Amino acid sequence: MNGVHDMGGMHGMGPIQPERNEPAFHEPWEARVFAMTRAAGAWRKWNIDASRYQRELIPAAEYLRMSYYEKWLAGLEQLLMAKGLVSQAELASGRAAPGAARSSPALTAVDVPVLTAKGTPANRPATTPPKYRVGQLVRTHNINPVGHTRLPRYARAKQGVIARLHGAFVFPDTNALLQGENPQHLYSVRFTARELWGEAAPTRDTVYIDSWESYFE
Amino acid sequence: MTEHDDDHPRAVPSDLALRVAALESLLVEKGLVDPAALDALVDTYENKIGPRNGAKVVARAWVDPAYKARLLLNATDAIAELGFGGLQGEHMVAVENTATVHNLVVCTLCSCYPYTVLGLPPVWYKSAPYRSRAVIDPRGVLREFGLELPVETEVRVWDSTAEIRYLVLPQRPAHSGHLTEAELAALVTRDAMIGVAFVQTPALEERT
Repeated sequence: MNGVHDMGGMHGMGPIQPERNEPAFHEPWEARVFAMTRAAGAWRKWNIDASRYQRELIPAAEYLRMSYYEKWLAGLEQLLMAKGLVSQAELASGRAAPGAARSSPALTAVDVPVLTAKGTPANRPATTPPKYRVGQLVRTHNINPVGHTRLPRYARAKQGVIARLHGAFVFPDTNALLQGENPQHLYSVRFTARELWGEAAPTRDTVYIDSWESYFE
Repeated sequence: MTEHDDDHPRAVPSDLALRVAALESLLVEKGLVDPAALDALVDTYENKIGPRNGAKVVARAWVDPAYKARLLLNATDAIAELGFGGLQGEHMVAVENTATVHNLVVCTLCSCYPYTVLGLPPVWYKSAPYRSRAVIDPRGVLREFGLELPVETEVRVWDSTAEIRYLVLPQRPAHSGHLTEAELAALVTRDAMIGVAFVQTPALEERT
């Protein structure tokens, strides 16, 4: 979707504000949101792409106003309700509905080192040979889907060069909607800054994105 | 609100803190999350995984040319040699800064970041000003971080649009030939591995 999350190339967002000796979390609640998001994800009712899409659906003005973990919290609450893990009434009251089933957590403390050490790889066996080779010229589609996509607006309908083949990876555009992983070859693509931003851009500068095969014309 | 509240702002939990506490209590009551698992996750990213991991990778690459070659060819495997891997570092690519190339990593669409070598991302990395400008005005962004790059340098911006995570291999600082691998690792900063800083020798660092 052409949401405000897709902000590469926008102006007017203000100065960058680095913080010295920044803590991992600024408030204890941020740490709990981070951890609950990971722990609830272990139920596998959704996936990382669906999580991202849920946060993209936050209305634009809210998205820009909210802090990072506030967005995570909003996304988590919505996913928990959408997948029936909690009801709106339970969320409002903070208490389980009378007679609600009690589960056994999908992620326990002993699972945590395994999760963090193994992660959740997104590569999959390739079922087709790659269509493109390193050095080949490609052009991205001019697409404007209302769903989830990882082809940023600034890199649509642009010509680039294949820089590296990554192998086949889960395709976020369908995975986010829980319509299947549909793995496709993933490529590192190099664009000149001039192709993306016009003649005022420095001649030598380049921008690389990772692009799935179906993003190319 | 009473005057008393104004005198003790820290004593009153914020609406967000209350909302999060209520959510956790609900999820625990329903058996959907294990509070000990939440504690373990927080402890992992507050205390166990951070940019010291990446610094070890960088220092090893500086002192061991064969390791550097493996890192640039297959970063996931090379980083695993040092014992680092997993969540948000499943698929790694290392990009090398040289006298003529400077690399900068961003995620314009969200906040993708290599947890396994850098820990959790700083707020500025996840914020609109950096995400919006890194791709269109990387030199301006670098200037804001105090880096002025010559026009001859090729600036390469890596937008993490998929599950590949990027680690910048900074240039080894001048006059660092006498330093041990551990001493070199101590010089490497998180910002240098994102691409918004150079690694400096101790003498230079003390002056800044």
